Amino acid sequence: MTDQSPLIPRNREMHPVPYYPDYKTSVARSPSLPLISMESTPSEETGPRFGHNKLGALDNNLILNWTKGAAPAVGERVLMHGRVLDENNRPVPNTLIEIWQANAGGRYRHIKDTYFAPLDPNFGGCGRTITDENGRYEFLTIRPGAYPWPNRGNEWRPMHIHISVFGHAFGQRLITQMYFEGDPLIDRCPIAATIRERSQLDRLVAPLDMASARPMDFLAYKFDIVLRGRRQTMFENKMEGM
Amino acid sequence: MVQKLDTLIESPSQTAGPYVHIGTVPTYAGLGGIYEQEIGDSPIADGAKGEVITITGTVADATGWVLRDAMFETWQPDAAGKFAGDAGADPAVSGWSRVCADPESGEWTLKTVKPGSTTLRDGRVQAPHISVWLVARGINIGLQTRIYFEDEDNSADPLLNRIEQRPRVDTLIAKRTGDGEYRFDIRIAGPQETVFLDI
Ligand SMILES: [Fe+3]
Repeated sequence: MTDQSPLIPRNREMHPVPYYPDYKTSVARSPSLPLISMESTPSEETGPRFGHNKLGALDNNLILNWTKGAAPAVGERVLMHGRVLDENNRPVPNTLIEIWQANAGGRYRHIKDTYFAPLDPNFGGCGRTITDENGRYEFLTIRPGAYPWPNRGNEWRPMHIHISVFGHAFGQRLITQMYFEGDPLIDRCPIAATIRERSQLDRLVAPLDMASARPMDFLAYKFDIVLRGRRQTMFENKMEGM
Repeated sequence: MVQKLDTLIESPSQTAGPYVHIGTVPTYAGLGGIYEQEIGDSPIADGAKGEVITITGTVADATGWVLRDAMFETWQPDAAGKFAGDAGADPAVSGWSRVCADPESGEWTLKTVKPGSTTLRDGRVQAPHISVWLVARGINIGLQTRIYFEDEDNSADPLLNRIEQRPRVDTLIAKRTGDGEYRFDIRIAGPQETVFLDI
């Protein structure tokens, strides 16, 4: 049986501000009028589910999935792993996670990316997986390079991996980015700085996790993700007159 | 010191960036074949019950410029108002899809079945609508909105009735342009800014 209690309202204080002039593209792409707030409805409390049957064996291995296992990608080998939890501190099992990233030189395999760092013929740049019954997931990948982008005069994105998570309700839908512990470019990045609270930004910085690294093979970084939770109460009040 | 709560806080969002298609619609980005089965190309399969409709539109920024890189997801119930996973839901309706703007024109198209109405836990009825979650470069947290329909009775919809400035309701209503055809333009900001939701 699925839990269809109302979702906990989003705490937008810890989310990035939509309008942030130092990130120039956000200026024309942020609403100027207030959002309409309402208690969640079935439209937000339900959501798509994805079965393991859609996934291929190499889908969460970005080192090998582009060449179907024929040749490994260039770069520092990294295990990215963690858990998906909700705000009630419960694991979110069987939920789809998708990631995408630049290659070791900071170049995306995308028609629009014209940075002169070369493409790696053995690296695609996306992966996906489904969390296990404890909400755990893992990806094997390479550490993405930092890359320059046109914003202010000399702007560089810190090393990062883009992450999309579904949860079990459409209202839990979340896209975020994982940064790497110790990267000095995090402090200079206007996209990271759209999150005004430093303690909240720190939650997107994955620590090096030597206990999960494999000797002579890969380093590991741990990255937990928290999705919106559901209100837990035994009282159910009806609207006046219902 | 007060007692400690057992709850956590949602992870902060970050922009999907310009290359969101690599991770979500790899074929669109030129990575076709990396997955055996890509997801989200249609919310319906052959044999879906109800009226098959096509919605067309654009996503524009505050200056009126149409985004070429917009990507949004849709979620809806079947023609009877049941979501995938509900008892008795139409097995031909997954209800979920990904919609990409055309890289040249910025126009997008969604082919689906018209959703049925749904009921809130307090008994109020929601008019038929499709939920939308929009992401793109420059959007720091995904934008939620809804597509309602001009030719449905929207007068008692609980969400639409929360909108104080009545002319703004119009931004959530798809206009009928032909038999089974609708137009729905999203404006992130500027004149006729679409109503976005915090639900
Ligand atoms: Fe990026």
